[in-house]
Amino acid sequence: MITRFLWTGMGRNLRLFVLLVLAVGIVVPALNLLMPKTSAFYVPAYALQLIGKYLCYASLALAVDLVWGFCGILTLGHAAFFALGGYCMGMYLMRQIGARGVYGNPILPDFMVFLNYPELPWFWHGFNHFWFAAAMIVIVPSVLALALGWFAFRSRVTGVYLSIITQAMTFALLLAFFRNDMGFGGNNGMTDFKDILGYSVQADTTRAALCFASALALAIFLVISGAIIGSRFGTALIAVRDAESRMRFLGYRAETYKLFVFVLSAAMAGIAGALYVPQIGIINPSEFAPGNSIEAVLWVAVGGRGTLIGPVIGAFIVNFAKTYLTGALPEVWLFALGALFIVVTLFLPKGVVGLWAQLRARNLARKATAA
Amino acid sequence: MKTAPRSTSALLYLSGVTVSFDGFKALNNLSLLIEPGEMRAIIGPNGAGKTTMMDVITGKTRPDEGEVVFDGQADLTKLDEAHIATLGIGRKFQKPTVFENHTVRDNLLLALAGLRSWYKLLGAAPTRAENNRLAEILSIIRMEAQQHMLGARLSHGQKQWLEIGMLLAQNPKLMLVDEPVAGMTDVETETTAQVLREVNKSHSVVVVEHDMSFVRALGVKVTVLHEGSMLAEGSLDQVSADPRVVEVYLGR
Ligand SMILES: Nc1ncnc2c1ncn2[C@@H]1O[C@H](COP(=O)(O)OP(=O)(O)OP(=O)(O)O)[C@@H](O)[C@H]1O
Ligand SMILES: [Mg+2]
Repeated sequence: MITRFLWTGMGRNLRLFVLLVLAVGIVVPALNLLMPKTSAFYVPAYALQLIGKYLCYASLALAVDLVWGFCGILTLGHAAFFALGGYCMGMYLMRQIGARGVYGNPILPDFMVFLNYPELPWFWHGFNHFWFAAAMIVIVPSVLALALGWFAFRSRVTGVYLSIITQAMTFALLLAFFRNDMGFGGNNGMTDFKDILGYSVQADTTRAALCFASALALAIFLVISGAIIGSRFGTALIAVRDAESRMRFLGYRAETYKLFVFVLSAAMAGIAGALYVPQIGIINPSEFAPGNSIEAVLWVAVGGRGTLIGPVIGAFIVNFAKTYLTGALPEVWLFALGALFIVVTLFLPKGVVGLWAQLRARNLARKATAA
Repeated sequence: MKTAPRSTSALLYLSGVTVSFDGFKALNNLSLLIEPGEMRAIIGPNGAGKTTMMDVITGKTRPDEGEVVFDGQADLTKLDEAHIATLGIGRKFQKPTVFENHTVRDNLLLALAGLRSWYKLLGAAPTRAENNRLAEILSIIRMEAQQHMLGARLSHGQKQWLEIGMLLAQNPKLMLVDEPVAGMTDVETETTAQVLREVNKSHSVVVVEHDMSFVRALGVKVTVLHEGSMLAEGSLDQVSADPRVVEVYLGR
């Protein structure tokens, strides 16, 4: 029954796209590990890391789109869920350092020794186990989303007010995590990771595995999202997005539909953040910066809101441009971002995917008239 | 003036209902009684409070005072829209609102009585019984040919029909129908009256309408609302003969 649910929900395009994502996740690490460095097909380590990072961003974009594109909630705080997942992973990685830290304390991470912590804070317990950290990566963002969504959706907060609440949430977390006495390393965050599951985070094989894991996670998220949107639940969800009160008069509890997707989306963002942190080697409060959440919304807008493939494409296009421009012309990036936003809102309301569909439709129409 | 809830056989019982918007009383001490199986037409000039009355019954608006009792037990003033809908009250809106990004068929499927819980809908495919019912409704509203058309592309009249179809799909005990024939041709109006009379064989119906020929075609008891209160009640001929009704409504 589950397989039927997962498979029938997906259209042909989505199935192909999922296979493409998996192919990237296999081929890129393989070319890094197997090709000689002199080969034209060799993928250098920095490119591997970059693609792994983009894959995590793509998962975040998909999470944003589930909420924005399919529930109609313009979330301006989704990077908070991403960062919380990242922090949970960071805590695990910190505890794996053990006595190899600068201060050589077997229990306390360096920053705690430095700040004269007498003992490990209670909320750090358990994070030495991977299974515990893995559970928290899902639970912490989900619980926050559940609490926020519960109050907001039940009191029928919508539109710009809801956007402001999500933005306020990430901003509050930003300020909180900046504080040294919160116990998460203050503004320096956590870094100098050594091992994950016993493997060195610096090793090529580990990096390759993390890149693959990011692609696998994205593929799974796409399959789950496709199945949900393609189900009768998805039909109801889109109806809630378009005419919430009408659905209530038909007997649907609109808030539970939104809440389920909001929580699921937060969990996805958390997992994406957790995969992101070991690949870039650091987590700090700047991940909570409001700008990050807004950028994620932009990826979705560029790729195509309300489609499942669009956010992934958008995340890759915008981040590729960002990587290129911040390297080649650093002062231009912010202007380019602003210009991109204007172009997309004015000329590409349905993003790149929408444009593609439009061009194809026009082509078909032309063929039809020619024939 | 407050009366204790009567143990009544009435399907719907409104007593002393008052709704004010910033001091303006859209409903003023309104009382109304609908028997099981009854069809009632509600008429009244613009702003008389007809739509507001439906808002109160369906939980959209909370009355400041008064009782609204459904089926002899449920106090509708305490329940939310979704709960009231699942008790068996369906509504067609004055301004037709269909789901624009869904096909006619999906609109009907969403309205179809039955599954409402989110986790059950995750794994459910339409059953044969549901598909049969959809086919039946599509034929009643004569929209088989448009079943795969998106709601957004329907004409105003087609949206009206789709809304009526959604009501049928919902299969409620009580149907509240707000101005069903606005924007319809004379022939369509006549058909709608037929459909409603047919529906009334198995459902109780409250219809709000301005179109007098339509109300006459229904041939049921009429309630006249004026400034939020009931002005007169009786057959269309009786209320048309009432001088107060003539003054506020028909005489213009
Ligand atoms: N939400 C609201 N806020 C303020 N005033 C309202 C509100 N809803 C209705 N009203 C007012 O209450 C009065 C009754 O409105 P209602 O829509 O119930 O009238 P109606 O009998 O349905 O009229 P029509 O025949 O034009 O549909 C009107 O004067 C309207 O302006
Ligand atoms: Mg009205």
